[in-house]
This record gives sequence, C-alpha cells and structure tokens, in this order.
Amino acid sequence: MANALKALTPLGHDAPVSETIGPVTITENVGVALASLASRLGREAEVATVAQAAGIPLPGPGRAETASYGAIWLGPEQWMIEAPFETHEDIVAVLKPLFGEAASITEQTDAWVRFDLTATDLPALFERLCGHDLRRNGTGSATRTVIEHLGCYVVRRAENQVSVIGPRSSARSLHHALITAAKSAF
Amino acid sequence: MSRITGGQIDRSKTLRFSFDGVAYAGHPGDTLASALLANGVRLMGRSFKYHRPRGVISAGSEEPNAIVELRSGARQEPNTRATVIELFDGLQAQSQNRWPSLKFDALAINDRLSPFFAAGFYYKTFMWPAAFWEKLYEPIIRRAAGLGSLSKQDDPDDYDKGFLHCDLLIIGAGPAGLSAALTAGRAGARVILADEDFRMGGRLNAETLEVGGGSGADWAAKAVLELAAMPNVRLMTRTTVIGAFDHGIYGAVERVSDHLAQPLPGKPRQILWRIYAARSILAAGAIERPIAFENNDRPGIMLAGALRAYANRWGVAVGDRVAVFTNNDDGLRTVADLKAKGLDVTLIDARQGDEVIDSAGRLGLKSITVRRGNGRTETLAVSALGVSGGWNPNLNIASNHRGRPVWSESLAAFLPPEGAIAGLSCAGAAAGAMSTHGALTTGADQAVQALASLGLTASTDLPQAEDAPVNLKAHWYVHSGKGRAWIDQQNDVTVKDVKLAKQENFVSVEHLKRYTTLGMATDQGKTGNILGLAVMAELTGKTIPETGTTIYRPPYTPVAMGVLGGRARGEDFKPTRHTPSHKWATEQGAVFVEVGYWLRTQWLPRAGETTWRQSVDREVLQTRKSVGICDVTTLGKIDIQGTDAGAFLDKVYANTFSTLGIGKTRYGLMLREDGMVMDDGTTARMGQNEYVMTTTTANAVPVFRHLEYCRQVLWPDMDVQLISTTEAWAQYSVAGPNARKLLEKLVDQDISDAAFPYMACGNITVKGTRARLFRISFSGELAYEIAVPTRYGDAMIRALVEAGRDFDAVVYGTEALGVMRVEKGHVAGNELNGQSSALNMGLGKMVSKKKDAIGMVLSQREGMVQPNGYRLVGVKPVDPAKALTAGAHFLAKGAEAVAVNDGGWLTSVVYSPHLGHSIGLGYLKGGDTRKGERLRVVNLLANTDVEVEIVSPHFFDPEGERLRG
Repeated sequence: MANALKALTPLGHDAPVSETIGPVTITENVGVALASLASRLGREAEVATVAQAAGIPLPGPGRAETASYGAIWLGPEQWMIEAPFETHEDIVAVLKPLFGEAASITEQTDAWVRFDLTATDLPALFERLCGHDLRRNGTGSATRTVIEHLGCYVVRRAENQVSVIGPRSSARSLHHALITAAKSAF
Repeated sequence: MSRITGGQIDRSKTLRFSFDGVAYAGHPGDTLASALLANGVRLMGRSFKYHRPRGVISAGSEEPNAIVELRSGARQEPNTRATVIELFDGLQAQSQNRWPSLKFDALAINDRLSPFFAAGFYYKTFMWPAAFWEKLYEPIIRRAAGLGSLSKQDDPDDYDKGFLHCDLLIIGAGPAGLSAALTAGRAGARVILADEDFRMGGRLNAETLEVGGGSGADWAAKAVLELAAMPNVRLMTRTTVIGAFDHGIYGAVERVSDHLAQPLPGKPRQILWRIYAARSILAAGAIERPIAFENNDRPGIMLAGALRAYANRWGVAVGDRVAVFTNNDDGLRTVADLKAKGLDVTLIDARQGDEVIDSAGRLGLKSITVRRGNGRTETLAVSALGVSGGWNPNLNIASNHRGRPVWSESLAAFLPPEGAIAGLSCAGAAAGAMSTHGALTTGADQAVQALASLGLTASTDLPQAEDAPVNLKAHWYVHSGKGRAWIDQQNDVTVKDVKLAKQENFVSVEHLKRYTTLGMATDQGKTGNILGLAVMAELTGKTIPETGTTIYRPPYTPVAMGVLGGRARGEDFKPTRHTPSHKWATEQGAVFVEVGYWLRTQWLPRAGETTWRQSVDREVLQTRKSVGICDVTTLGKIDIQGTDAGAFLDKVYANTFSTLGIGKTRYGLMLREDGMVMDDGTTARMGQNEYVMTTTTANAVPVFRHLEYCRQVLWPDMDVQLISTTEAWAQYSVAGPNARKLLEKLVDQDISDAAFPYMACGNITVKGTRARLFRISFSGELAYEIAVPTRYGDAMIRALVEAGRDFDAVVYGTEALGVMRVEKGHVAGNELNGQSSALNMGLGKMVSKKKDAIGMVLSQREGMVQPNGYRLVGVKPVDPAKALTAGAHFLAKGAEAVAVNDGGWLTSVVYSPHLGHSIGLGYLKGGDTRKGERLRVVNLLANTDVEVEIVSPHFFDPEGERLRG
C-alpha cells in the first residue's frame, strides 16, 4: 500500500538540500536504506556464507565496501548494510528471509542523516571537524568519530567523496558544523 | 635610535600604525617592538607593582615588559607582547597600567613607597578586617596593579579547533628544527614544523653567522623553500605549540589572522590544533638571561642578544652609543655586530671584573655607572645597554609532565630532562647544543633516531657552520649598591625581595615563587626565574641544583580564551536534537524546554492564555476529558535480539521478562549493581527473539552503555545483540478516553480492546505506512504509543491532530505530562535520583527473589531494607489554597527545622487541575505506614512552612480502571 504520510528529510524539507562552498559540495542523501546486521553467537560462518551469496560485503574493522549492497563495519560481527531506499524501504523484510535466525537485523534508516561531501581536498576540511585522519585513511576507510559532540560515521567512498552519517535529530547542528568548517577551511 | 642598513624588512612598503594615539610608520617584517624602536620609542609600558617606566628587553615571546593593549572596540586585546606582534597597516596599540599617561603616571608614587610593597606585603597588610578584602582592598589592588582592561563586548571573531597527525612534530624552526625537518622530510616522513614566529629560521635571522658558506638567514630561507615543496611536510608559522599532553598529543595555537586588521570573511582568527605526533622534537632554542644590577630596568637596557637581533633582523639601532655587559662570549657577538653596523660600542666584561653598578635616565637610559676590575668607577653616557648573563635552554614543554630539569655546570643552566615525555627528544640550544653546528647536528641526529624508532631510515647532509664553545663565567647579580636590582621585571621582584623571602624562611623554590610572585606573571619567568634561584642558592649557601627549580605547565605563552572555546559559543555551544514534531510545534508557537540536547515541547499556548498554568491545566483537563497527544520520541529505544534476549533481560531487570508473551509489553525496573534503581521503562516483546526496550530520556545513553557492558564483559557467552533505535522511530503518546477512537481513524488494523488489550504491542500500518503500536500509559488514561519511521513523524503529528479534531484533542507538552504522572503516582527523574531503591519507591515487590539480577543481592542489604527507611508518599496541603514547593523537607508539628528532625523531602510538586490544588510526591521515613498523618513541609530557602496530609501517591484512578478501558 502506498504511503499516505508524506516524508520529510532530516533537515526538515520536502527534498534534500545541496550546497556548494568553494571546492566542496555538501548534499543531504535520503536515498539509502540502512539496517544493522549482527551475527548471532556461533553462527558467524553461516552469516558470511549467506552474505556472500547475496552480494552483501562484510568488511573488516575500519572499512566500508560496496557490492550489490554497501556495508560499513560497526563492531565485531556487526555491520551497517546499505541499499537503495527506493527498493528497500522495508529493508528488514528483504534481509531477514536471507539470514533467518542466524543474524539479528534492525532497521536503522531513519536513525541517521547522511551528508555526502565531495571536494578535491577533503582532508583539509575534515582536519577542522574530527580526529579521523583522512590523509592516512583512503578510499574504503570508515570509522566512528565525534564531530561537534555528535557521534558520526565517516566513510571514505572515494578519494574525493566522503559520507558523514550522523544522528538524525541533530541533522541541523551537524549540517551547520559542516558548512561552517567548509567556509573556514576553503 | 633609527633605522640602519640591512634586515629582513621590506622597505619598499610602508605600514602606518599608532601607539598611544601617536602615528608612526614601519615596514612589513617589523614587529610592533622593532617598529617602535625604529621610531625612537623606548618607553612602552609601566611595571606591574611600582609603575616603573619600562621598555622592551627581548625580541621574542619571553618579553616581560613591553606589554600593550592592541586594537580597539570589541577587538581590544590586553596583555599582548609588542615583541611578537606582527606589524600591519592600521595597527592601534595602547600602553597599559598607567594613568593618566605613559610618560606621567600618577601611580608611580608606588615606586617611592616601595619599602611598603616588599614581597609578601599583601599577606601582611591586608589582613584586617577580613570583610574589607573582597569589597575594598582587592578592587584597589587590581586597579593599581593593572594587566590591561577588557572591552566587555562580545568577541566578534571566530575560532576553530582542528586535528593534525604526523610522524614527527618539530617544535621550533631555528637551525636545529630546520635541520631535523630537512632530514625527516627528505626521508619521506610526515612532518609538522611549527614556529611561533611569522618567519622561520629562529636565531639565524638575528645573527650574522654563516651556514654552508652563505648567510644563515639565506640558508634558512632556502631550507624553508625546499620543505615547502615537500607534500609530506606541513610548515606552520605563527603557530605556538602550547603544551605536551598525554599520548603524544600536543596543543598548538595558529594565529591565522592576527597579522591582519581583521579576519577575512568566514575565516577564523585563530585555530587550536590538537596534534597527534608519533614522535616529537623540541627545538625551541634558548632564552637569554640578564644580570641583575641596581636600576637595571630602564627603557634602553635589554638583553644583548635582543639588541643584536634588532640590528641584524630589523635594521634598528636602539641607540647610537651602546654598551654591552656580559659574562660570556655571546655578548662579544653583540659588540662585533653593532660595531660592524657603525655604532659606538663599549664592552663591560664581567669575566674581567668589570661591572655595571647603576644606571640613570627617568624615562629612558641616559647613562650607566661602571666599576672596572681595578676599582675605578666611571659614568658612560649611553642610550642602549645590552646585558648577557648566558642562555637558558628553552625546556619549558619538556617539563610539562613533571620531568625535573637537570643542571649543567658548564652552561650554568638547566637542561631538559631526558625521556620525561614519551616520544619527545630535544635538539639544538634547547638541548644545550649552543653553536650553529651543534644545532644542525643534533637536529638531524634526533630526527634520524626518531624515524628509526618508527622503522624509517633517514640520512643526514649537514652544511658547514661555526662551532664556538660556550665560554661563560656564572654571574647572577652585582653585589653593590643599596637600590633595587630587578630579577623578574614583569612582577617587580628584586634581589631584595628574594633576600626578604630567605630572611622569613620561604627558602623552598615553591615558597619563594609564591611569596615573591617570582615567575608568576604572564611571561612565567622566562627571563627571570633562574636569577631568583641563583640568588636564593647563594643566600642559603647551596648550589643551584640543590635549591631546585620550578617546572612549567601549559600553555607556553598566554592563550586567548576564545580559541579554547572554539565554535562552542552562543547557539553553537552544543548541538541540538529536534523531535519529529518540532517543525509542527514551532508553527504552533510551542514553548520548548531543553532536555539534554533535546528540545521538547513544554506546553502549547493558545490564544488568550496569559500564563503557562492556563495552558498546562487545559492540556491536562482536556486529555483526561477527551484525548491528548504528546511527542515521546525522546525516550530511549533499544532493540534487543538474540536467542538469549529474554534471559538477558531477566538479568538486567529486577523483574522477569522471559515469560512475557509475544505481542505483550511490561513495565521494567533496572537496578544498578549497588541495588539502587538505575532506570525504568517498558519493554515490548516483538518476536520470539526480539524485544524493544524503552528507557527514560535522560538515561537513554547510560542504559545502552550499561547493557553493552553487560553483554560484552559480564556475559560474553550470551547470544544477545543490541542497537539503539531511539532516533529511527517517531513515537507519539495518544492518551485519554477517546484515544482509541482517534487512532481507529488512522490505524488500518483492528485495535479494539479485545484485539489489542492493555499492554499489547504489535506491528501495524497507518494509512499504509509501517508503524508500531504499544498500549501503554504514563498518564493513567486509556493510552497508546504509536511509532512510525522518523521521516513520517511530521506527517504523523499532523495526521493525529487532524484525526483528533472531532474529539477536540489537545497536544500536550512535558509540563502536562509531569502533572499527569504525579497525579498517577509514577516515579520519574526526581524520584530516580540514583540514591533510591525499589523499596523506597514503593516498588519493592518488583524485585524478583526467584532469579538473580543485577542489583538484587545488594538491594537486600540491611541498610536498604530498614522498616523506617524512606518510602514514596503522596502529599497534599491541608489548606488547598497553599502551594507546595519541591525540595521542602518533612517536619513534625512543632519540631525545630534542624537536620536531626528531618523526615524526608518532597521530590515532585505540581498543581493538579483535576483536584484543584497542589499535590506532591515525596520520600518520607516510614512513609508506607503514615497515611493520614499531618506533618509540615518546610523550605528554609523559600521561607515556606505548610501543613500537609500524607496520602497515597496515587491521586488519580488508583485502581487503574481508566487505562484498561
């Protein structure tokens, strides 16, 4: 059944916001569904097998990968799975049948706001934001860090592209921090 | 007193500036001090205590005297050092601590009264009466002993914080630092080279010494060019490393815009960098020290190395007739360099027995009195005197972790303690290598060693440079004359003060420091400390190492408060969390309350309501009468899954959850290990191995952290997985007799009492949107909590309000929520105060004895189960017109309001519109057996004393018939 309720973006608008400041573009991305995937105790190998067959990468510590699905390492035997929102709004309903009782899966889509940042010199921006060293952590790196008191994931999608995934309720504060830093750094 | 040839200033450009309202001109490359000296201005300030006329004595950040106020209006900044202020066009500076003017300062009377102002005079003079200290003495002293003034306006500038990472941090870009940076940079290591100066090169810029066959300054410039071309090297000028912190972390302040009239748009004035360094080298050079003699503080008397620096780097002759008083060969360099500039220079070499014994000149040096080794005394007319008592390795940062400096007899100075800071080594003059060759060599060697410890290989390629030995005869002060000889010029500490401290038995260095204020000024005694120690050592007949030295804390030089605050000012002080209904509530004119980072709706005023009570009363009454809607998203939600999820809950909750049926919800009480209540909330069983726990708003994070600790550390063998979903779902409470009717208009499934009874939960849809429904109640009404994915939260509140029109539904805020929970006798934050047990709350029966759970054992401690312990009670005033105040204490009638009679206290108080009077909850000793008693609640702060009756905490619908309806 179609949704009768109208969605708002984390920044509180009808459509995502994108802003360019000097060389950096900061775009709210609402097109990705998220679910946490955690192996049940003793069923880690089973999870790995199912994931591989489904095209779900299970990257190691500090890493993010993309295959049919995207995945970010969160902790031991725990990942954040990414899929297109368009086709995976009810992402748990898609993943649960694959893993059954071998894994715990929880919808996380609306717990987060995701900002995609593109720029030629992202390290110069992020050194004003967090302790995560982008000069040493290249494409495929992912970590949990703190930006202006907010716990965020910083995922290096490509040399010139980083996703900052932060708490949805503080989307405005996080966006303000990113914009301010961009104006300051560039 | 004028410009002479040479120097690293750009004479093709002129910069205009003012000092005390008088216009002057300088050049790019000048500091305020060099430009003032070039304009013949020697008098730059007044001393702290005696208001003595003072001029610049150094050419660096160690400056104690030339302290000025910079800029005007909101950007006015006190206590800046003229020696490190980079000149810019339009710069305004004012002298401070003088009235009415620098040349005529009325408080110079203090100098005449100096016998009354000796060390310790505060302690001796202002003892009585004590009440006068704060109101009378302190303001007078603060006015007289000025450290500049504040504009009292908001700082208009922005400050950033940032994070940097490197293999090797090099502190100081003199010959040692540059040599280390070249060595490490060429080896491919990630290097940060930081220097407080705006020009790298350190003393090479101030000397005529050769490096590699050319001028040292040119070599430095070439080295900087080579380093700037290396992508692995970050050069940071105007950057002061302010301290060494734990684990290889250094603080550094970069002055991004201080050399501009104001920052460029959007740019910060300064940045506080946190530098993570695998290894670091302290190459901060050395600081020259004076020799104390009578009246050694006149403008025009400065350190010999500074006199030379002004001539060589800035092309300034401080005077055309100059004398140099030295006890070491470095002083001879000043003589040679100034002579080469065509100045008339007289040498007074203490090693030959010659001494300067006095000086003259009210506002600036006019002459000195010299006693030659043969006993003959002569007066020399000079306008500048350079003094050198030797150089102290600049070890400040190396002692930040309490490492004790080590005495070197040959240098007559302290050396940095080795290994006192993990990963830090010292090079160049900071390590006691005082020649240029020594600096280049030790810099390179330390870089090679630091890199080797990181598994990197580096090689050295050093240019030729002088390697003159230090030829010094320790000489601290001139034993002559009855006048005052200054040791710490910024705090006006003299040789006499040290003698007085000794006489009064303040002989430990720490006592000496505090009694005389030696080294306690903004310059932290960079030039004066060791003189004070040496004088004390001589007086007590000990050596200097036996006397000891104080050590240094960060920051190395004063730091603006703004840069410590960074962006965390005003509205940006902390982040804000918005609830899903925030946009709608803002449109409605809601009043918000801060709950942690959250902004929650406190109440929603309607037209005509003039007080908050009117709004809250209406929200409560209408909810109880029909239906109310409240955003409860802020309550913590934790998704708990796994085959052991039920067993896990049995261990973390005092009551049992494994028996809870699928599709059911239960109230849970969580104890800390010590038996006190940690948190409460409901947990719903959504599936065989799937629960959703709710927590209080305040404890959402602490409870999650606690559960993770239990899972990972206490019971790693349990199959349990946790994740927070607080933000993923927008959750609304719909409460009141018409709650079901309202929801039936939106929910696609059957939610009749039969299909969805009290405490049921389940997945539903709201007009096609996935949702969760819980039939739980905090208000005591027939109530539900309905959750939709957060992106639909705004649409959901609008849909609920729309559906509620038929019932005249209200949206209520946290105040009404609080009123209804007190009416119902539910505990909340005021009762969950971390010192209360389940028994205290009247929930003792919830602690199951059939199983073990966290806190169960200790909740049964003797002291926790006292029959006369605190118990939750309801309280109402005997006279309904009387208002209660939370925090008031229970007292028996006629009992004196003293602690021994204290019977407990009121935890929560609200006005119940339902009952028409004030009601409260409280903890009362033995309260469970005292219903019907009449007591007083006394608040000594609010001066209230109200007679009350003890009642059941359940004021409203005690049987719970409404919520099961």
